[in-house]
Amino acid sequence: MENVSKSRKLVIHLLLLCGAILMIGPFLWMILTSLKTVGEAAQIPPKIFPEVFQWSNYKEIFDSFPFAGFYWNTFITTIIKTIGQLFLCSLAAYAFARIKFPGRNFFFILYLSVLMIPPQAFLIPQYQIIANLDLLNTLTALVLPGLFSAFGTFLLRQFFMTMPDELEEAAKIDGCNHFQIYWRIMLPLAKPGLIALAIFTILWSWNDFLWPLIVNSSPDKMPLSAGLASLQGQYSTNYPVLMAGTFLASWPLIIIFMLFQKAFVEGIALSGRKG
Amino acid sequence: MKDTKVATRQMSTLKKNDIFWGYLFIAPTLLGLLIFYIFPVFQTFYYSFNDWGDFGNYSWSGLQNYKDMFDDPQIWYSFRNTLVYAFVMVPFSIAISIVIAVLLNQKIKGLTIYRTLFFLPVVTMPAAIGMIWKWLYNADYGIINHMLEWFSIDGPSWLTDPNWVLISIIIVGTWSAIGTNMVILLSGLQGIPKSLYEAASLDGASPIYSFFKITLPLLSPTIFFVAVISFISAFQVFDFIFMMVSPTNPAIDSAQSVIYLFYHYAFVIGEKGIAAAIAFVLFIIILVLTIIQFRLQKRWVHYE
Repeated sequence: MENVSKSRKLVIHLLLLCGAILMIGPFLWMILTSLKTVGEAAQIPPKIFPEVFQWSNYKEIFDSFPFAGFYWNTFITTIIKTIGQLFLCSLAAYAFARIKFPGRNFFFILYLSVLMIPPQAFLIPQYQIIANLDLLNTLTALVLPGLFSAFGTFLLRQFFMTMPDELEEAAKIDGCNHFQIYWRIMLPLAKPGLIALAIFTILWSWNDFLWPLIVNSSPDKMPLSAGLASLQGQYSTNYPVLMAGTFLASWPLIIIFMLFQKAFVEGIALSGRKG
Repeated sequence: MKDTKVATRQMSTLKKNDIFWGYLFIAPTLLGLLIFYIFPVFQTFYYSFNDWGDFGNYSWSGLQNYKDMFDDPQIWYSFRNTLVYAFVMVPFSIAISIVIAVLLNQKIKGLTIYRTLFFLPVVTMPAAIGMIWKWLYNADYGIINHMLEWFSIDGPSWLTDPNWVLISIIIVGTWSAIGTNMVILLSGLQGIPKSLYEAASLDGASPIYSFFKITLPLLSPTIFFVAVISFISAFQVFDFIFMMVSPTNPAIDSAQSVIYLFYHYAFVIGEKGIAAAIAFVLFIIILVLTIIQFRLQKRWVHYE
């Protein structure tokens, strides 16, 4: 029995290892290419390691593109969207889960119906609103529609639904109003849900592409994703520089994921169970 | 008598209070959703019946946009590409994800490391993924064709050959979808009681038999959930195609997705009416397919 399971484990490890190499390989090749000269990258047969690490590729990007600005734009809009969504969605979620008011079901179904709508069905009017408010090429444009989330409200509602009534009753007897119950009692208890929502918002916001492409065409207000597209416009075949830019755009989220990977994985799994 | 009156009055102030707090709490999101999401959907629908001028002015044109849309072969191509992409990528990626999830569920060492590696594409921005794969696929200097050469295979021009470009896109889509699916499926697997497998193996069932008779049926609700969300997102594929395939690419007809063309019509050439019509037709297709999936689930999804 032991032997059988040992050889079985070996096969499992082999299979997983092959899969893992397919997953990580493209990233390693990106990093290696980003440190080569154009000549080295185009060499046949390919050289795995560069003769000398070409850090200048990275310098080139910062010299010819406002990359520091891309970082700031991505970072600040992600933070604002995440904090905004956590607050606004949890408020609405608390109301839908714990307060009885007329029209509650109607409005909840309205929120749910937003979940079903694919983005392209509201992109054009969203763009017009931003244009009419004279907000094109601003950070506000990047943040604004993303502050409101039907998904976030739905996810958090599922959490508030499962909380015991006793806590709320006790707080009411002590004279707490709904905001106090929400803020002091329910919000701390909903921490796993809040973390899950924060992770989704960070992921979507950091990686969002189509919306910034539409509303922010000026380089100083672009996030990393749209900046990457404009990088491609300039260095169409200079793959070492392009790979350096790609690495620069993607490392922060990869590091955040490595640090908080348990929360990431649990957050995504959770949405599967609650959804 | 007096007491009950006081009590009912208290009750009604409490209720009024609840109404006040309830509406106050939902007000910000409700307003935001109405302004940025719900009202715009109706607006998009209305726009699809209007002709757009160069300066953002529009006038009623009936079904003309829909006619133009179906007269444009590009649009037919884009719907065909998107359908093929979704119907190949989704089953393919789910099948692979199930295998990986089952392998990871075997109490093996290094689970976290494997999970991290499989999850990497999920946290990488799709624009970056497009860029990386464009380089891997490069016909002359790409590593993929170099590796094929070791086996004396003359690799195709992955991204510029009309026969290959959609396959290339499907590969990238699958590669980046596995992580999310795997994590959700793995959490589904962990919900299956171990005792079932022990009982089956005592009865002499092989692991393969257990997989088909225990794992798949009990995992089917999770698979269903993954299938529904994967289809919805597959129909909206855009980011990495935009990065890998430029509008001047000779294989563009076989590569562009519906959203790619929607973006082109709405924000490159300013034909917002036709773009709105495209958006609406895609919305209907997604809706119908989701309903069909929910109808079909009775046939294969086992709920306890």
